[in-house]
This record gives sequence, structure tokens and C-alpha cells, in this order.
Amino acid sequence: MSQQHESTRVVRAREGSPWTGLGAVIMEEMADSLTSARMRILEVLIALTAAGTVFISVQDLRNTVGEDPFLLLKLFTTGRDPLPSFAGFLVFLIPLISIALAFDAVNSEFSRRSLSRILAQPIYRDAFLLGKFLARLGTLALTLTVIWLLIIGMGIVGLGVPPSGEEVARSLWFLLASIFYGGIWLALAMVFSIVFRQPATAALASIAVWIFFTVFWEMLVGLAVPWLRPLKYGLVEEVLAQEQLELALNRISPNTLYGEVLLALLYPSVRSVGLLLPFQLYRAVLGNPLPLRESLLLVWPHLTGLIGGTILLFALGYVLFQRQEIRA
Amino acid sequence: MSDLVIEAKGLTKRYGNVVAVDSLDLEVHRGEVFGLLGPNGAGKTTTILMLLGLTEPTAGTVRVLGLDPVLQPLSVKARVGYMPEQMGFYDELTARQNLFYIARLNGLGREEAHRRIDEVLERLGLSDVADRPVATFSRGMRQRLGVAEVLLKRPQLVIMDEPTQGLDPEVARRFLQIVRDLKAEGVTVLLSSHLLHQVQAVCDRVGLFYRGRMVLEGSVPELAQQVLGSAYHIRVEAEGPSSALVDALKGLPDAVGVEKEDGNRYRVVARRDLRAEAAEAVVKAGGRLLGLEVEMPSLDDIYARYFQEVEHVAAA
Repeated sequence: MSQQHESTRVVRAREGSPWTGLGAVIMEEMADSLTSARMRILEVLIALTAAGTVFISVQDLRNTVGEDPFLLLKLFTTGRDPLPSFAGFLVFLIPLISIALAFDAVNSEFSRRSLSRILAQPIYRDAFLLGKFLARLGTLALTLTVIWLLIIGMGIVGLGVPPSGEEVARSLWFLLASIFYGGIWLALAMVFSIVFRQPATAALASIAVWIFFTVFWEMLVGLAVPWLRPLKYGLVEEVLAQEQLELALNRISPNTLYGEVLLALLYPSVRSVGLLLPFQLYRAVLGNPLPLRESLLLVWPHLTGLIGGTILLFALGYVLFQRQEIRA
Repeated sequence: MSDLVIEAKGLTKRYGNVVAVDSLDLEVHRGEVFGLLGPNGAGKTTTILMLLGLTEPTAGTVRVLGLDPVLQPLSVKARVGYMPEQMGFYDELTARQNLFYIARLNGLGREEAHRRIDEVLERLGLSDVADRPVATFSRGMRQRLGVAEVLLKRPQLVIMDEPTQGLDPEVARRFLQIVRDLKAEGVTVLLSSHLLHQVQAVCDRVGLFYRGRMVLEGSVPELAQQVLGSAYHIRVEAEGPSSALVDALKGLPDAVGVEKEDGNRYRVVARRDLRAEAAEAVVKAGGRLLGLEVEMPSLDDIYARYFQEVEHVAAA
């Protein structure tokens, strides 16, 4: 009985895998992204940033070689005023690259009038959209990996100290987090590229969201928290509750999430990314680095949050795209 | 396998309250060239999108090559070549790269893809420009590239939406020759257009769309019969007493009417080709025959007359 039910369902279902042709779309889109003029500009921008910040940090670190067991990580985190560290730059650069890669992903197909031609080929829209997304994520991952390798290479040459396994592992996790931090902004820009027919509008909307989270979110949270959780009696519990709410709200912003991941992974001595309560310091040797496992545990929710956010935004774009009429 | 390439029954598409296609019945046979005619917004493109499974019908059924485009869109799209009204290519890529992408989407291997690409480029005379970016292509070249792309998958059915729009007459003529060649190869062609004389030149049958319905269907002479009544217009040029000539022509069997035009010209409207009889009648009536020709009923006439009537009815 159940088998019969199963078979009727199969007959009603769409034939074939939704991912037919996915590989072809990814290859094409990735070739397109990698060779585009805009990617060239971004690559130059990141390379200059990386070279500049690493040069400065190598100069600073030369004096302290041997004192710090995590020299390699310092390459990412040492800045000299007014220049932020490379990791600090990434917080801004990654959204910029992601938005630049994805803001015209879908609407340009409408304006070029190539969409109906492509979708008249034996592929589903599913493969088309996912292919576009994965190609861009791949481009971003490739770029970030190259930069990561360059920095480590420059560090080894500049400092003359080989990185330890722990350092490489930490920086690899950092790379992964960076890719998915980019993924969120990619997926967001892609949603806007589906919603708005004009690429310029989509770009502007994406940048608006980015500025909102970069500049205004923290301010808004700062204003909202005392109003949501007023201090009535000035008790410690109240202050704590306020702080916790503030932290939770701030963590809605991918920038905060990424910033905290960065902190925990690149500064091994960081013991908490939130409130540091006295009991957490019980028997702790201050300044002593945490093992990688412990640091990862600290930001595990952040990492899953970044990945989950990426998937959620992509799913939103997917639903919107499936419902769109092909004819412009 | 069935002889029917396209079979639509009660096909309907509504966008909100707007009915784009209203219970359409359509049958297109293997090897036929079928023309969809009608003013803009009559539902031609929507019909085409439903045939390809690119948009879902609100009601009704459709079979393309015996397949259901809603549930088996991949199989349909692997066998049907579609040329949209506006061919957009990736301008920064060359013709060959554009075709290669399409070939890969159709699941062709690298070697097979390149073989077929060379073949279709050669066939459409694009071999010389194959490695130029499409941005440098003229409209006619883009059009040919579009055909090349359609042929790449060796389709059994080719659907073209307004394929001759914006082409200069020479390019359009060459394009129509391509359609004839396809027909000769046994490929079924469905094309939509409002450039009537071109449709007339290549189509075996046409369907006239109006407000989402197919109001007329058949070969051009059949439509002429339906809409214009008497299908044959014979122009006679003759010297002689005009009243006697008019009477003689009027007396012909199957002649419906005779009009005297300027000078020595007369127009006979008849149910069949009466040229021989008309010549005889003119000579018998003492006239000197200078010229004789039969005007084929043109789709333009049918179209114009049909919509005149529709508006007339609407106004009344």
C-alpha cells in the first residue's frame, strides 16, 4: 500500500535531479567572476591591503621575535595607527567584495535578456541559482585562500620563523569563518539582485544594509537596551541582564559575529567573547593561551550562526527566484 | 511515436485577473511549420513559455513531443530549441564560448560540444567571427548565432518568438531560408510573428491569436476563404467598351463581383482561379487583353479584415 502511494508520488514529481547542469553553471560563472574587471580591482585592493599591513606588522614583530609563541597570528592582528590590522581590514573588505560579486547576479541576466535562453536549456532554476551562488562563494574562497597563503609566505620570509601547527590550524579556521562571513553578504546581495531589476538599486540596497550593521546597529542596540531592560534597583542581576541583552542583540549583526570569531581564534589568550564573570577566571592563569579546541568552543555558535545565516538568506533568494516569472 | 508534436487542450494562463491565454487548443504535426500570429499581448509568448515548461499553466493540459512540460521539463528542453524574442548573449564572451556554455548545459562532452559548435557555426556562416566577442556582432549575426545555439542540441522542435523582428529584408530572407531548410530536415517549427508576409512565405498553417484565444486556424488559403469569403482576386487589364467588358466578366461562373478600377483595369473577385475564362470572355466581348494576373490572398488582407470585423462587432 505504502509502496503504491510512493510510486504515484514519484510519477507526479518533477523528473531528474534539480542539480542537473550545476557543474556547467558553476564553471561558467566562476570563469566569468574571476576574469571580470571588477574582480581585478578587488584583487589589487586586497593584495595591497595585505602587503601593507603585513609589511608593517613584520617591522613591528621583528623586535619581539621569540617572545611570542603566536607570531604568525600577530601578522593578521598587528596594526599601526592609523592603519588597522589586516583582520580589521577584512571586516570591511569582505562585505565589499561579496556585494560587488553578487549584486547583479540575477538581474543582469534579465537586463541582458539571457535568462530565458539559459533556462530553455535542460536545467532547473535550482541549479542556475545555486550555481551562481557557489561560483561566487568559490571565487571569494579562492581569493581569500590566496591572500592567506601570501600572508603566511610573507611572514615566513619576513620573520624567518616557521609557523607552528597550532597557528596554521587557527588561521585556517579563521579563513573558513571569513569565507562564510562573505557568504552572508553574498547571499544578501543575491537576494537583492533577485528582488530589484536594476543592478544599481540592488547594489545600493546591499550597501545600505551593510552600513546599517556597521554604523547604526550598535548605536540602536545601545539606545534600545536601557529601554527594554531598565535598571530599576541597580542590582547586579539587572546590570548583567542588560549586558546580556546588548550582547545578544549585537550578535544579530554578522560584523559582530565575525569580529568575535576573529578575536577568539587569532588571540589565543582570549577566554570569553562575551561577559567575563569571576567564576570563569577561577584557577585560570591569566594571559595563558587557550588550546585551539577551547577557543573553537567559544565561537562555535558564531561559526554555525554565520553558516546558518548564509543558508537562510540563500533559501530566501531561492524561494523568491522560483516564484518569479521569466518574461521580463 | 505520435505524429503530434504539440498537443494543447484547454490551455489557460491567468495572471491575477488577467487572462493571458484562454482555453487554447492547438495541434501541430511533425514536420510542420506553424505560425502563431496576432497583435502584441495576444498571448503568443505566454503560450510558448508554457510549451517549454518555463511557466506553469493555470489550467488545461499540454504535451510536447509526447512529454509533459510541467513534470518533464528537462526532457522537453533537451529536445526543443527555443529562440526568445530578444536574444541576449554574454557580450564579453566570444560566439564560440557562448555556444560552449549552452552545449555544456545540454550535457554534451567537451569533444562532442566542439564538434557540434564547429558544425553549426559553419552552417550559419559564422566560422570567421567565431572567436570575436558577441558585443561586436550586428543584429543579423546575433540572430544567426541564436539559430546556431538552437541547432546545437539537434532539436526535434524549434520554437521561435518573433524571429524576424528588426532584421533587414536580406537577413530576414536568409533567415526564412533557414526555416525552410529545417523543415526539409524534418524538424517541426513553431514561430510567432506579426510580420505577416514572412509568416505566409514559410508557414504551412497559421493560428491567429486575439486576446488569449486562437480565433482562426488553418492554411493561408483556408483562412482567406473563411475571412475574405471569395479568395481569388483577378486583375484584368483590357482595352475596349468598358460596360460590355464588365458584363462579360460578371457573367463568368464562380465570379462574385467585378469592379472597374482606373483606366483599363478591372478587378474580378472569384471563388476560384478564373484567368483562362476571363481571357476568353474579354476577347469574346471585343476587348483587347493587355494583362491578366491573379492576386494571391495575403495574410495582411486576412488579418486586416479580421480585425476590422472584430472592431466592428465590438463597436456595435
